[in-house]
Amino acid sequence: MLLAVIAFGGFQWAHQLKEGLIVAGMNQPVYWGLYLTNYVFFIGISHAGTLISAILRLTDAEWRRPITRAAEAITVIALLMGTSNVLWHLGRPELIYIPMLHPQPLSPLIWDVACISVYLMGSITYLYLPLIPDLALLRDRSPRLRWLYRWLSLGWKGTPKQHKLLERAIGFMAVAIIPIAVSVHTVVSWVFAMTLVPMWHSAIFGPYFVVGAIFSGIAALLIAMAILRKAFHLEPFFRPIHFNNLGLLMLTMACLWLYFTFAEHMTVWYGNEPDEVAVLTSRLSGAFSTPFWTMITCCFVIPLCILSFKRTRTIIGTVIASCTVLIGMWLERFIIVISSASYPRSEFMHDGGLYSPALVEIALTAAQFACFALLYIVFAKLFPLVSIWEIKEGDQTELEAELTGTAEARL
Amino acid sequence: MTIDLDRCDGCEACVVACRAENNVAPAGPEQAAIGRAVEWMRVERHDEGEFPNVRTRFVPVLCVHCDDAPCVSVCPVSATYEHPEGLNAQIHPRCIGTRACAQACPYTVRYFNWGTPKWDAPLEQTINPDVAVRWKGIMEKCTFCVQRIRRAKDEAREDDRPIADGDVQPACAQACPAEAIVFGDLDDPESAVSQLSKSPRAERPLEELGTGPRVFYLKEGDWRGRVGP
Repeated sequence: MLLAVIAFGGFQWAHQLKEGLIVAGMNQPVYWGLYLTNYVFFIGISHAGTLISAILRLTDAEWRRPITRAAEAITVIALLMGTSNVLWHLGRPELIYIPMLHPQPLSPLIWDVACISVYLMGSITYLYLPLIPDLALLRDRSPRLRWLYRWLSLGWKGTPKQHKLLERAIGFMAVAIIPIAVSVHTVVSWVFAMTLVPMWHSAIFGPYFVVGAIFSGIAALLIAMAILRKAFHLEPFFRPIHFNNLGLLMLTMACLWLYFTFAEHMTVWYGNEPDEVAVLTSRLSGAFSTPFWTMITCCFVIPLCILSFKRTRTIIGTVIASCTVLIGMWLERFIIVISSASYPRSEFMHDGGLYSPALVEIALTAAQFACFALLYIVFAKLFPLVSIWEIKEGDQTELEAELTGTAEARL
Repeated sequence: MTIDLDRCDGCEACVVACRAENNVAPAGPEQAAIGRAVEWMRVERHDEGEFPNVRTRFVPVLCVHCDDAPCVSVCPVSATYEHPEGLNAQIHPRCIGTRACAQACPYTVRYFNWGTPKWDAPLEQTINPDVAVRWKGIMEKCTFCVQRIRRAKDEAREDDRPIADGDVQPACAQACPAEAIVFGDLDDPESAVSQLSKSPRAERPLEELGTGPRVFYLKEGDWRGRVGP
């Protein structure tokens, strides 16, 4: 079924390649539409993994051990999905290599290209390094595809020297990936904030986008964990405590997100600059009011109600909250991109057409979500989604701690 | 360029002339209705005052060729650039269609070729051989009729004389029956356009943004709805 959705998206894309973007819903002045919304959304999701797992690794949070791999896999796949949007967004996708050959360094789009390539490389490395010992395990135990695991495990034998090197490499990547991840979403926001467009030209856009990215990332991770838990019977690894802790983290992000949203809209309202207020009014009570208030409900009201109480912060509760957060964050990206674009400075543009997505855009969006799910399933089938050696290591340290504990008690 | 809004009666001759001169393909009524039309020159209506004391002002809108253009800096591949003489030029073959320039332009005067430009027969015979026909997936915009500027320069060089004020007339200025549009060299303090730009009636669009537009609108103060002396 996923393949059918992807195939339909591909078919629609072929149609768009032939006819041009005329088959999509964009117009003047809404030159950027659903493709860019998805681009920002998926890159936001990609913050799930790397940032969360890197922070947890650095702070030595023991409970992270079973969930890091699942999170890092989301990062890489979401990043691939996000960047693929450029292909259908461009007017001439056949020239996609030109920005690499002839970059114009002042353009925020070039900063984006640079940051995202570094981030993609970094997050693939960061996913791959902790995978090596498990690949070696698969090489020795797996009934099939041994050649693949042998090739990928790079002759891992598990000697203390190798272990030490690996730990150091992972430690280095965990530190390096955090500034890279933050820079990626800051730069994505600068694609908007560096223009003079009303309600894009805002200094807090960088942190606002980063917070939103981590927020939606946690939500994606929680949903993936819940599905994996059922599908692969990983109940002993993804325990209620993980859902509880990540739920609390998500609650914090929800509050931060509301604070940023409030600050962003409050300054515009008080400043009362006509062109800016036109965009604001469209969000609060105009053409974008339904998505806007749905967003507030989905991103804040519902998660707050569910996640504040220990009784509702169960697995089902956090998953429901995660679903609404994902919907809300997608709407947030949509509103930011489309509503500002719809209301350019009034002195010069009177009758701009309002944007509504066309079939090809919806088909490609659906195809991306399907492709995301498919790639994640393939990854889960090929590689262990729970880091086996790290859990073993965790058990060992726990055992040692227990032993020393009892030894001390005896003394 | 200066445009005298008090002279403009909104006849849109400039729009038609521009279309013919620069091979701007008609989008058709359906596409135009949903904002897909390409019009390097368009005429906006501004209604001023309150009923019953209202009047409509027509504002021809075109690329203002900013001094410090927001569109230039956001283009990732330098498909749009600032010419040393002041024109903002678009290199069509280099454009990859990110539409970042269009989104960054505060004047909304950059146009995207959503589909392949088409001229229904016999309109294809009107295509001006001096100007390249654009294709789908790229941006285009007003060039201040750069082909006419080139030709005037060539002629001046052949005659071995400096280019004189009034040698170059873009299609819109030439077509305007009210002679509202004046084009010339702003660096030459004696030129007609320089003189007009110093008029107390002159005003630059969205000047407060710091883009330094090179189009001046000439107009008396805004209509306050008072009738009589």
